[in-house]
Amino acid sequence: MHGSGHGSKSGGVKMIELKDVRKSFGSLEVLKGVSLTVQKGEVLSVIGGSGSGKSTMLMCINGLEPIQGGQILVDGIDVHARGTDLNKLRQKIGIVFQQWNAFPHLTVLENVMLAPRKVLGKSKREAEEIAVKQLTHVGLGEKLKVYPSKLSGGQQQRMAIARALAMSPDYMLFDEVTSALDPQLVGEVLDTLKMLSEEGMTMILVTHEIRFARDVSDRVAFFHKGLIHEIGAPEQVIGNPQKPETIDFLKSVL
Amino acid sequence: MLNYTFHWRPALNALPDMLGGALVSLQIAVLSMVIGVVFAVFLALGRQSNNKLFYGFSTGWVELARNTPALFQVYMTYFGLGSFGIQLDSYVALLAGIAFNNAGYLAETFRGGLRAIPHTQTRAARSLGMSAPQAFRLIVLPQMFRIVFYPMTNQMVWALLMTSLGVTVGLNTDLTGVTQDLNVRTFRTFEYFAIAAIIYYLLAKFITLSSRLFAWRLFRY
Repeated sequence: MHGSGHGSKSGGVKMIELKDVRKSFGSLEVLKGVSLTVQKGEVLSVIGGSGSGKSTMLMCINGLEPIQGGQILVDGIDVHARGTDLNKLRQKIGIVFQQWNAFPHLTVLENVMLAPRKVLGKSKREAEEIAVKQLTHVGLGEKLKVYPSKLSGGQQQRMAIARALAMSPDYMLFDEVTSALDPQLVGEVLDTLKMLSEEGMTMILVTHEIRFARDVSDRVAFFHKGLIHEIGAPEQVIGNPQKPETIDFLKSVL
Repeated sequence: MLNYTFHWRPALNALPDMLGGALVSLQIAVLSMVIGVVFAVFLALGRQSNNKLFYGFSTGWVELARNTPALFQVYMTYFGLGSFGIQLDSYVALLAGIAFNNAGYLAETFRGGLRAIPHTQTRAARSLGMSAPQAFRLIVLPQMFRIVFYPMTNQMVWALLMTSLGVTVGLNTDLTGVTQDLNVRTFRTFEYFAIAAIIYYLLAKFITLSSRLFAWRLFRY
């Protein structure tokens, strides 16, 4: 993905920007005016209670969910504007879900090869090369010909990460990727995330792993009832929270 | 009481002709399935579409196919269309009639199959940059076909047996048609139709067994 797309890109802004984003499901407002900027190369962790709107925000960032107000810009492109090519935009925003969503009818290798082939138009050989590289990277080099049903949850989740990385995205969104895993499998997925952060990947990490968030993040945002209550360096938000909501939340999870 | 004498030899002599007819029957069944499956995918989508016209058309087709006799459907493609000046050949009319029936039944089977695939599969596919049609074709459809594979096999057997309706629209090259011709020439009704029944039975078994083999080969996951 070079910056050589079509004309009207506003300069070289490489970042995700949310401006007063509002999102409702029916009469339930889940995002009540969220503003946020994530610079390229940054790791942002988003913490907060269930139902606070964290996951929904990720879905809105790559246009899987529509928004009712505000604006989301990715590299200066308005995600929710009429005429935005979402399929193209999504190529640069990888997302990994809580339920890893492996494609059960494809082998591990095929899972990762599919999008590079069909979306990026890579040849079979190129796609296979990319897939093998990414799968090896997340430690699944031995599982290429296996179907996902034969993998553990942690392995499936790592496969999902490799699948997203195979599109060489500029940004990665992680939606509570360890929440559905057995406790003994959480570590292997967190290790993979840590590795990515050390490689300089831009990441937004919705997570309940507070200690992990403190370790890997450049900034932490605390979400509560559809709003960001605190945002800043981990030592500040997690180490020395100011708002009573943040203090209560951290007390309940740590 | 019983003054009918069985004559199996002439009936058995006609076996090659009947087997030739069986091949035609099988051919119609296979073609009607291929056509039926393609239409059924569209009808299944139409049944859950918000477009009123698409929904109405699909629902009408499904209702007609499932709630009227197959014989009526074959009559309609032959005599029915014929009264509007569209005179299909017996073979084509039978094929169209059975394909219509297949599509109607399979549409409902497919609709159930589609509902069994979690929406998150489509979401994951879209998140990788696939278009909606790509996600449907590459992720949803292959999974659906596994779910509906055995009901599809049933429909295939049913399609084969429905080919016997061809005789009512003047088809005389399929198994029933050939048998009926032999019957009116010789009046050895029982012998010929008994042999035909056995051939139908074996063909149906062949379909069931080969599809099982096919499934075993195809669905490794």
